[in-house]
Amino acid sequence: MVAMEIPGQVVEELSAAVGAANVRCSATERALYRRDASNLEGEASVVVLPSTTAEVQACVRVCVRHRLPFVARGAGTGLAGGATPIGGSVVIVLTKMNRVLSVDPVNRMAWVEPGVLNLDLSRDVAHHGLHFAPDPSSQQSCTIGGNVANNSGGPHCLADGVTSAHILAIEVVLPDGELCVLGGEESEVTGLDLRGAFVGGEGMLGIATRICVRLTQNAPGVRTMLLDFQSVEAGAETVSAIIAAGMVPAALEMMDQLCTRAVEEYIHAGLPVDAAAILLVEVIGLPHGLETQVKRITAIGKAHGARTVRIAADEAERALLWKGRKSAFGAVARVKPNYYLHDTVVPRRALPCVLSQIYEIVARHGLLVMNVFHAGDGNLHPLLVFDKREPGVMERVHAAGDEIVRVSVAAGGSLSGEHGIGLEKRDFMPLMFSVDDLAAQSSLRRAFDPAGLANPGKVLPSPATCADVHAVPEGAWI
Amino acid sequence: MDLSTFAADVGIDGPVRIAGHGSRVPGCDLTRTVRAPSGIDWFEPAEMTVCCGAGTPVSELASALADHDQTVAITPVGTVGGALAVGYSGLRRLGRGALRDTLLQARYVSATGMVIKAGGPTVKNVSGFDLCRLLVGSFGTLGFLGEVIMRTRPRPEVSKWYAGPAEPIRIQTTVYRPASILWDGITVWVCLEGDQRDVDAQAAALGFELVDGPPPLPEYRWSLPPTELGALTGRFVAEIGVGTVHRETPPPRPAVAPAVVEIHRRLKAEFDPTGRLNPGLDPLCPPAVRESV
Repeated sequence: MVAMEIPGQVVEELSAAVGAANVRCSATERALYRRDASNLEGEASVVVLPSTTAEVQACVRVCVRHRLPFVARGAGTGLAGGATPIGGSVVIVLTKMNRVLSVDPVNRMAWVEPGVLNLDLSRDVAHHGLHFAPDPSSQQSCTIGGNVANNSGGPHCLADGVTSAHILAIEVVLPDGELCVLGGEESEVTGLDLRGAFVGGEGMLGIATRICVRLTQNAPGVRTMLLDFQSVEAGAETVSAIIAAGMVPAALEMMDQLCTRAVEEYIHAGLPVDAAAILLVEVIGLPHGLETQVKRITAIGKAHGARTVRIAADEAERALLWKGRKSAFGAVARVKPNYYLHDTVVPRRALPCVLSQIYEIVARHGLLVMNVFHAGDGNLHPLLVFDKREPGVMERVHAAGDEIVRVSVAAGGSLSGEHGIGLEKRDFMPLMFSVDDLAAQSSLRRAFDPAGLANPGKVLPSPATCADVHAVPEGAWI
Repeated sequence: MDLSTFAADVGIDGPVRIAGHGSRVPGCDLTRTVRAPSGIDWFEPAEMTVCCGAGTPVSELASALADHDQTVAITPVGTVGGALAVGYSGLRRLGRGALRDTLLQARYVSATGMVIKAGGPTVKNVSGFDLCRLLVGSFGTLGFLGEVIMRTRPRPEVSKWYAGPAEPIRIQTTVYRPASILWDGITVWVCLEGDQRDVDAQAAALGFELVDGPPPLPEYRWSLPPTELGALTGRFVAEIGVGTVHRETPPPRPAVAPAVVEIHRRLKAEFDPTGRLNPGLDPLCPPAVRESV
């Protein structure tokens, strides 16, 4: 059944663009796309599932013709409401565009469609001894297009850099329906780095339809170590000391006691549940460098009070330790039925101080927190766990989250390390940026999307976004 | 770092150009010239970040970082701001990454004379649009860099160049993460970095000879897809796996898609509507850049 809100003419034109079977208007189907993995809900006016660049372009042109806002969507694993359709946006779902188009194993690059899943790409090129370096926790289900939109990170970005460093070129349907390639396979494309500007654009600068990624050589050797501490501070200080000693491990991840206990009950990896914090350290490379790093990290850990240093004996044990880290969110259910995951960054030196502030904030609001995070780059992921059936609990969750964001930025950090701003953090942007700073970001947005149709209402707080709102006419569900 | 004097120098109207040491793009006209502040504001080795004025000589920055066994991926000539404004990476891009990825935060002076902050001080940060990437390689046409925070890296224990006759593909498929592979059609130069014993072992497996450094580079910089390097003829030094080629003739002007030209036009109109910043410079038609190793 066609929903009341969307004019029949639009549905007809979208059906002509992608085929009637790929245009979804029923209330039930639209409801499926009203939010991403966050709790921030919007309303989709119609959902389209194009299969080709030309179809994406045709959909965008329909939106432009009718001055309808639109939002591109991958797997919907985003946590900041980036893919939540605001004001009845047309949702353009890219999951059907999921082919790896070409792989150059010698020069280590691949062209992929935006709906390719992150882990599928790494599996696809594994036989060449290569992988795609960004590895967000959602890598089994998130798409490369989504990674580009959010400039995603992951544990292994400490050494190898975030998504932007691994994207060479992007074929983009611009918000006016024009098609172009930003960046290129060549090393230094003439002109401004529009590729770099587009990555992290949260779908507000256009829709990526083909992406050229850089692939990374698999390491010839890897050692994964687990250190445990009797205080969170000792663990955090060890992290700083490792980096200060001139080492950049492939990953440096920390879990606090509540998190470790939940994970251990869940997967039985033999984690030390009596420790205040555990540190997962992974180093990669050639044999001599590897052994030197293992020795130095062991010594630094012991000097900072590590009780034990467990070194994974084989691939099975390594996989188990990583499973522990990556199962943290699944393990939450053993503590409370609901969680709210935050994402802020602080300088490494501020980790002990900010962590103790977080414990204090959360206790004051009568909540529980599990900390599991990318310690190496100061990227905190406080996981507030609660039972939403408790009256008034959501207000306390939001109040605590608000304070956590503020203490992180006050410590010289950042609003978001890898989840993006979306709707969730939009109104926090003035904590980091002045009105003039935000106006400059607005300028970038306008240069790509003068009409403000691509994913309006995200990232930039009003009044910086009021141009977006004004550009969408009455009747367009703003 | 206080940028108010620099902002006042840039002012709010009239054409103005920014100069560093003139080592990459020589100044040549009579436009009023300003210089960004110089000096390291802070360097935190344990954070692997450094904050300095854009006018800081790269040599000064490099030596401050070297005191703590760290380095930054900038070619060692001219000023930090000049290197970022031009945006060209050094010869070790293959292993150490592109110059454009080193800039974490920039405070720049806009065409309206305001100090604007882009990015953030931490290595991981996705707060808002990535204006830093736009500023790197913009030739100062969108704003003048005043103060920058960059990501540093540990200096490898050893960094050595080796050379021998070979097909580049052999190096690409057998050596683990070399810092650089150069090829002139006959000889391959490879830069190996890391633990002394690992470097020795990789070099021995290749059968290459230790050399003083990379070969002298022809003057002009071309940018090609890495897949096209095998077909090069004439005198050249190609950065294998990257695509930058150093040649004796200037590169042809590339065709730029109209939609891309249009975004450039709109960006300039947004950031510098009167065209007062670095008049005459156009990132789409960049000047010849002198760039040494």
